[in-house]
Amino acid sequence: MSEFLQHLVNMLVLGGTYALLGIGLTLIFGIMNVVNFTHGVLYTFGAYIMFIVVQQIGLNFFLALPVAVLAGWLLGAAIELTLLRPLRGFDIDTTMLVMIGAWIAMQSGTLWIWGGVAKSVATPFPEAPLVLGPVSVSWLRLFVLAAAALLILVTYLLINKTSLGRAMRATFQDHDTASLMGVNVDMIYTSTFAIGSSLAAAAGALLGPVYVIFPQMGDLAAVKAFAIVILGGLGNITGAVIGGFILALAEELGAGYVSSGYRDAMGFVIIIAVLIFKPTGLFARAERVG
Amino acid sequence: MRIALTILAVAALASVPLWLRDPYLLNSLITTGIFVIGAMSLNLLLGFTGQLSLGHIAFFGIGAYVSALTSLGFDVGLPGGFRLVHAPWPPIVGFVLAIIIAGLCGYFVGLLSFRVRGAYFVIVTISFAEVVRLVALNWVELTQGPLALTNIPSIGLPLPGVGELTLRTKLQNYYLVLVVALIAYLLIARLVRSHFGRAMRGLMENETLAVSVGIDVTKTLTLAAVISAAIAGAAGSLYAHYIRIIDPEVFAFINTVTMVIMVISGGKGSLAGPVVGGLIFGLLPVALRPVMAPEAQWIAYGGVLIAILFVLPRGIVPSLAQRFRRSRSGTTALAPVALAETAVKERA
Repeated sequence: MSEFLQHLVNMLVLGGTYALLGIGLTLIFGIMNVVNFTHGVLYTFGAYIMFIVVQQIGLNFFLALPVAVLAGWLLGAAIELTLLRPLRGFDIDTTMLVMIGAWIAMQSGTLWIWGGVAKSVATPFPEAPLVLGPVSVSWLRLFVLAAAALLILVTYLLINKTSLGRAMRATFQDHDTASLMGVNVDMIYTSTFAIGSSLAAAAGALLGPVYVIFPQMGDLAAVKAFAIVILGGLGNITGAVIGGFILALAEELGAGYVSSGYRDAMGFVIIIAVLIFKPTGLFARAERVG
Repeated sequence: MRIALTILAVAALASVPLWLRDPYLLNSLITTGIFVIGAMSLNLLLGFTGQLSLGHIAFFGIGAYVSALTSLGFDVGLPGGFRLVHAPWPPIVGFVLAIIIAGLCGYFVGLLSFRVRGAYFVIVTISFAEVVRLVALNWVELTQGPLALTNIPSIGLPLPGVGELTLRTKLQNYYLVLVVALIAYLLIARLVRSHFGRAMRGLMENETLAVSVGIDVTKTLTLAAVISAAIAGAAGSLYAHYIRIIDPEVFAFINTVTMVIMVISGGKGSLAGPVVGGLIFGLLPVALRPVMAPEAQWIAYGGVLIAILFVLPRGIVPSLAQRFRRSRSGTTALAPVALAETAVKERA
């Protein structure tokens, strides 16, 4: 029983960052109809920004987080402006392949600059974990959960309470009509991609210090993000949050009770199962942003 | 005209070992040839049915593992205390089994994944390949996991009355790959010009219309998936017996991407496209090797993929063919060409 409780606690911590990853991807997928294969690279990028700011520049850990979010935002905007804007109106396969090309180039760039050796980031949290009865959780992981929750809340408010969010929701429903109503759809696309990218970078910046940082760390993260999006339904933010926690639970239980080697297979198994049995996602009824 | 070109190309490829003495280059040509076969099989799905499968390497890898395990033998425990023991069989049997089992996998994967389209189809196919990779990595008793299957025997051709000819040298393997590639090419060419090929293209152009004129979507797509997977399995088997060592990295996503790049750059939906694109992208790393670090090569790889999609979205062969037609027929034929161009642009 205590083992199960421990898995639940781990699930909460993982689920928060998974939800961040999923929200970013589901926004881009839902609003722009782009399968964003650079999502994992943005995750890696966020983690490396943490490494640079904390280990190489020597700035404060808590200051490094907003820097990583901002850097992800800028890189995302740059990708959208240079690669996606010229391809507006092309079929989804072409943009998907261009995104794959960008992913290969950027990941190899990371490998070239920082090498393949895994890096770690020093954190200001005490080594000793917080022990609550039968379960224990490190202070760093608690902080990660809190930060992820905060970012999810900010994104939710941004989409539901601001005029930019309203324009994004309108574009998601019908971009032609939104454009007729005076929404600058190009600007919405760029903002959407930048916001999604900054969330991926934030997830990387949060999970990077928990594990280690290496150039290929984003590949699995991207797959997990896809699993979450498919689980939650296209463009569905609430679905992405729930999907993030379901995936984390499946991984924890898979690793704990089946075999740790198959932990990372859970995401794929979920993708295949959902698409075969319920292709619209688990929460199809509310398939819209917000 | 087209037949003459094909014969000329085959003759040129067959003459290569006569004047190329460098073993490294010959080795690159053999592995490139194996990937060209994979790319041709992918083209059957991508170019003629319009389904972007990004899990194609799974069938290649399954072919490689089936063939290697058939010729090496294995002894694995099954649930319930049973043991499955297999004594080594000749590699040529492995080659045939690789084709059959990869084809069967193509059937089941096709049956399941053709329920969804577009981005969802792409993600299901990627997931399938990754699950297979993780099984190969974790089922250590069967596959040796990351320790790899080693000492895979070279393929042998049974010669009636004489015995067996084991293909050990690069020269022999070069011609083996060339012959298999040629068979695959002719098979695909025959297929896409048949009734079945027209059904596939009809589906790609307009699925609703194709259904309304009586084309059985599931049957057509699944048949394409089976043949495509079987050819990829044959390529994987050749790979296993040539390289003689197989580890789960054969399932790496980048290998699928390599095949996709070969097809897209050469021209999807064109028979010669994957061959031209495959030779360019298979040999590009060889050309870049002296001037670039390996990481920089991959950056260039990604950059070239993006550049091709921007500059030649239809691929090298169709673009060249169109230019050739235009220059031959003069100005009178410009109107239909321009029309076709606008049609293509509109479709994109």
